[in-house]
Amino acid sequence: MITKMTHTSLYVLDQGKALDFYTHKLGFRVITDVPMNKNDRWLTVCPPDMEDFQIVLMPIMDSMFSKETAALLRELVSKGTFGVGIFTCHDIYATYEEMSARGVEFTKPPKKEFYGTEAIFKDDSGNWFSLAQLGEP
Amino acid sequence: MILVNGQNPLLLVNIPPPEMPVLQYLYGMMQEQYPKIYFYRRLVQAKLFIDTHYAESIDLDNIANEACFSKFHFIRQFKSIYRKTPHQYLIAVRMEKARELLKKGHPVTDTCYAVGFESVSTFSGLFKRLTGLSPSLYLAQQQQLKERIRQSPFSYVPGCFAHQKGWLQE
Repeated sequence: MITKMTHTSLYVLDQGKALDFYTHKLGFRVITDVPMNKNDRWLTVCPPDMEDFQIVLMPIMDSMFSKETAALLRELVSKGTFGVGIFTCHDIYATYEEMSARGVEFTKPPKKEFYGTEAIFKDDSGNWFSLAQLGEP
Repeated sequence: MILVNGQNPLLLVNIPPPEMPVLQYLYGMMQEQYPKIYFYRRLVQAKLFIDTHYAESIDLDNIANEACFSKFHFIRQFKSIYRKTPHQYLIAVRMEKARELLKKGHPVTDTCYAVGFESVSTFSGLFKRLTGLSPSLYLAQQQQLKERIRQSPFSYVPGCFAHQKGWLQE
């Protein structure tokens, strides 16, 4: 029986830039940063109070796929093809203001939906996330 | 919209809704948008100020003044958004930075002053209360971990990823 999800991975175009984005712009904490080879690292981050769930910032390496597939994947990521998940917060307007002030790009400002209030933002690679405050806004 | 005792605290006078549609729209904007934008902006600026200046001796009264709030009101609104008072939040930021510095191998005393504490014993006590470990033990553990990772990095990566992603072939 599956009891928990501990890791999820998303593809980033540049691990160094992604690390900067996730730590400085989102305020995440680094859990593991292990060099794997000359260029790539096993790099996981999490929101500050959620250490039991790690987000793996995965580089796109030619050795993983064919060269063509790797190039295609890079293109798809940067085009904003992949929606990765939903983050929740206590107060979406404050979080939206703060993230905007830090230079995070929102593709949709907070909007009331039937399940709460939701905004959409992109990471530095092009992956997008929903930011939500669930329940009555 | 934030309400205090059912009232919008940022509107000094309770103006009755006007009758013309355009004015009704503007009135709605005042009720809805004004607090959302300016109210949040001031609180967020205060938080960002703490994020930037945590290492200095921060006077929280000053922050409240800068944000144009009375001290009591400021603390209450800050807490409603961040679930911590400004003081608790400042301590949390300092502790987070301290963890980072200790992880990097900075000595305890240097770390203590670098994140804005003036007394090592105060710093150590708070650190232990929040993390369960004294700063010196945390520092030692992190350095041991780094050494083990240096010696056998692959034992810290789930095998599934290492194999599937072709890491072991390089």
